[in-house]
Amino acid sequence: MRFIARELAGASALAIMLTVPAHADDYDAPPGWGAPMTEHYFGTFLIDRLEYDWTDENEEAVVWDFQGWYGGDIQRVYIKGEGANVQGDGEDAEFESLDLLYSHLIADFWELQGGVGYQGGIASNDHPERGFAVLSLFGQMPYRFEVDTGLRVSDEGDVSADFEAEYDLRLTQRTYLQPRTEITAAAQEVPEFGVGKGLNSVRVGMRLRYEISRKFAPYIGGYWQKQYGDTADITRELGNEPEGTGVVAGVRMWF
Amino acid sequence: MASPTSTLSRRQLLKIASALGLSTAALGLRPAWANPSGINNVYPHGAVQGRDISLAVRRESLPIAGRKARPITLNGTSPGPLIRLREGDDASLKVVNLLDEDTSIHWHGLILPPEMDGVPGISFAGIAPGQNFTARFPVNQNGTYWYHSHSGLQEQLGHAGPMIIDAAQPEPFSYDREHVLLLTDWTFEEPETVFRNLKVAEGYYNYQERTIADFFDDVAKNGLGDTLAQRSMWEQMRMSSRDIADVTGSTYTYLLNGHASRDNWTGLFKPGEKLRLRVINGSAMSYFDVRIPGLKMTVVAADGQPVQPVPVDEFRIAVAETYDVLVEPDVNRAYTIFAEAMDRSGYARGTLAPRLGMVAPIPERRRIADRGMEAMAGHGGMDHSAMTDMDDSDMSGMDHSNMQGMDHSNMQGMDHSNMQGMDHSNMQGMDHSNMQGMDHSSMQGIDHSNMQGMDHSSMQGMDHSNMQGMDHSNMQSATPAGGLLSAGTAQPGSRYDQPGIGIDPQERHVLTYSDLKAYSPWPDQRSPGRELELQLTGNMERYMWSFDGEKFSEVDGPILFEHGERLRLIFFNTTMMEHPIHLHGMWMELENGAGELIPRKHTLNVKPGERVSALVSADAPGSWAFHCHLLYHMDAGMFRVVKVA
Repeated sequence: MRFIARELAGASALAIMLTVPAHADDYDAPPGWGAPMTEHYFGTFLIDRLEYDWTDENEEAVVWDFQGWYGGDIQRVYIKGEGANVQGDGEDAEFESLDLLYSHLIADFWELQGGVGYQGGIASNDHPERGFAVLSLFGQMPYRFEVDTGLRVSDEGDVSADFEAEYDLRLTQRTYLQPRTEITAAAQEVPEFGVGKGLNSVRVGMRLRYEISRKFAPYIGGYWQKQYGDTADITRELGNEPEGTGVVAGVRMWF
Repeated sequence: MASPTSTLSRRQLLKIASALGLSTAALGLRPAWANPSGINNVYPHGAVQGRDISLAVRRESLPIAGRKARPITLNGTSPGPLIRLREGDDASLKVVNLLDEDTSIHWHGLILPPEMDGVPGISFAGIAPGQNFTARFPVNQNGTYWYHSHSGLQEQLGHAGPMIIDAAQPEPFSYDREHVLLLTDWTFEEPETVFRNLKVAEGYYNYQERTIADFFDDVAKNGLGDTLAQRSMWEQMRMSSRDIADVTGSTYTYLLNGHASRDNWTGLFKPGEKLRLRVINGSAMSYFDVRIPGLKMTVVAADGQPVQPVPVDEFRIAVAETYDVLVEPDVNRAYTIFAEAMDRSGYARGTLAPRLGMVAPIPERRRIADRGMEAMAGHGGMDHSAMTDMDDSDMSGMDHSNMQGMDHSNMQGMDHSNMQGMDHSNMQGMDHSNMQGMDHSSMQGIDHSNMQGMDHSSMQGMDHSNMQGMDHSNMQSATPAGGLLSAGTAQPGSRYDQPGIGIDPQERHVLTYSDLKAYSPWPDQRSPGRELELQLTGNMERYMWSFDGEKFSEVDGPILFEHGERLRLIFFNTTMMEHPIHLHGMWMELENGAGELIPRKHTLNVKPGERVSALVSADAPGSWAFHCHLLYHMDAGMFRVVKVA
């Protein structure tokens, strides 16, 4: 938890740096008139997925994936988090990742992001914890694929990478079919976190979403996932299946 | 020339109108809002005129379209009252700020001293809460104009109104009765919320996007190959061909003189009368296509300035433009005034009728159009420079007509052999310089007619052997030896003869910029001494808007005009949206090829991919605002200061 507190302190410091007022150009306006147009700062908080997950192993979990940002057109501060609370395992919820990132627009559709990340329990010591340095490329590929890739170096020096892509196929003005994929890989084995060397896992999903409003959209969907190599072995040793499917129902919303 | 009788009757009508307007405002018993539509002859929200005019600015609760709303009002109405001035008089316009934030009023289209122009931070400090400011200036022009706040996003809250300046001399046309038609777009959301929604999720208000059904429709119509090619081009660019309006009828209620369609604002006439309709687009974001089914409209003024009469069935009015049209309803029936939003997501509507309560059918709305190739001319995705070693052989039956402003420079080693039956007509402003080693052998039956302003310099080692049956007629080099185009010439890449997206010119006669010719020549007929090209730039995804890629907060100085100079401004729209570009303090003379009858305007619409140029006489020393008049584009940074010194 101390880690999160440190991150939040960092976020507020960055936010202050970002709100330095923009200067008007030089055209003889007396001081005190102010600029005719000023720089604007905005913020939003998107819960991309807040879903209930039923796996084919009769496990149930609440899963979330959110991102919030504040800033101008070029520079922004991001907070991104993904995690789950497996139901009935007696353990508290866990952040798979919680990142605080500085983001810079480097091309029309791309942001380069860097900062710190956290993995571990939310309010308890039920889960092992570790911190990361995170570098991320976030944006839209041609053909409108939304992409989030990350490269992480843990406080132990372990290196891992993840790739997420999703696509919105518009069925009607309010209904979307969203294929989604997530791939993770690691350079070192970190058994404590169930991470093997090489390709860790691939997950492919599909969600059908209906926008009651632009800001509130319930969905249903399913996914298939498979772990590979050492990662799959670790999972087997724990008595779990390295391959499986699941059904989800949830809501996407932003504020 | 106006006949004496019609001038007289007009004056009488004005008296009646102002008496009504003033009495309702003065008594305060019956706000202009409650007036039965059309009782007032000119404008339903009352008029203020005379030597000393005062406007009180408030935020208050008023119903709009039958719902509770909180607009900004001027003397109790939103939009505000009609301000009526007389050419040759001195205006004294006092603005009293009863808001709890700063405000301002810009007198749109008026030529006046810079300190009276009403732009906070450039003309003056703005008007603090509880304070007032009096704009005093000599009125040296006449026609139809408007006024609006230049502070923040207040314009979106209805802080705007019409302004008419009566001519000192008879105008070049006559009429029996006049009506103001002020078009606005109202939203029940706060403007800041609208802006944030656009910034966070650009397509927020667009409920007419392409769906999978449109894809299959296109496949059925145009075949799978064509459809895939079209769609993949747009998808590759990560843009929407349905992005016609940023803010749409999904949040906007479109208003005519402050009245929603169902309120049916009615302007009265007696059959046989000639009516002057003063149409003002006072919207924050919406272009309209205006027509009155059953009536021919004769355009007699654009942006307040008289033009040679143009009879039309419909005209597109960009944000901040004004058009004066004459109509002659000679039958005892009602006519619908139909102002359809450019993206077809809604409309404003009113009625012209011999008496109140009459209605005419409301036309069906058109379907939203998809933007085509022409929108991409300025886009990076259509830059074919630096293409090398492409084999385009065996292309046949392609239609490249209507491609404009494309850059084909630096193409090397291309093989265009075996192209047959291609139509390259109507290509404009293409740069084919620096093409090397191209093989154009064996091209047959190609039509290159009507290509204008093309630069084929520095093409080397090209093999044009065996080209047969090609028609290169009507190719014009628009580049004279001197460098600058001669004054008034249309720029390569301009599309003044096209009314724009979503209009079928076959369906009815629609006004275009080519039709606009000044009624008589404007005094300054000098050629430009220099030209200044500005790119209109943006990032749709992030909702960033700018000139030359720099937002106002990023530029380090004003655009400098030398006092007394005559210069050419060129706007090259590299974005996929229309932009109405407005210069304060000076006219822009639109170089649409009208010769010495070059028309002048305060706001110029620049279509996607288009190059538009205007001549400016820099005769107004001082600092002036210069911006895109789409409110959220301006506020996002598509704004500059022009300093004349």
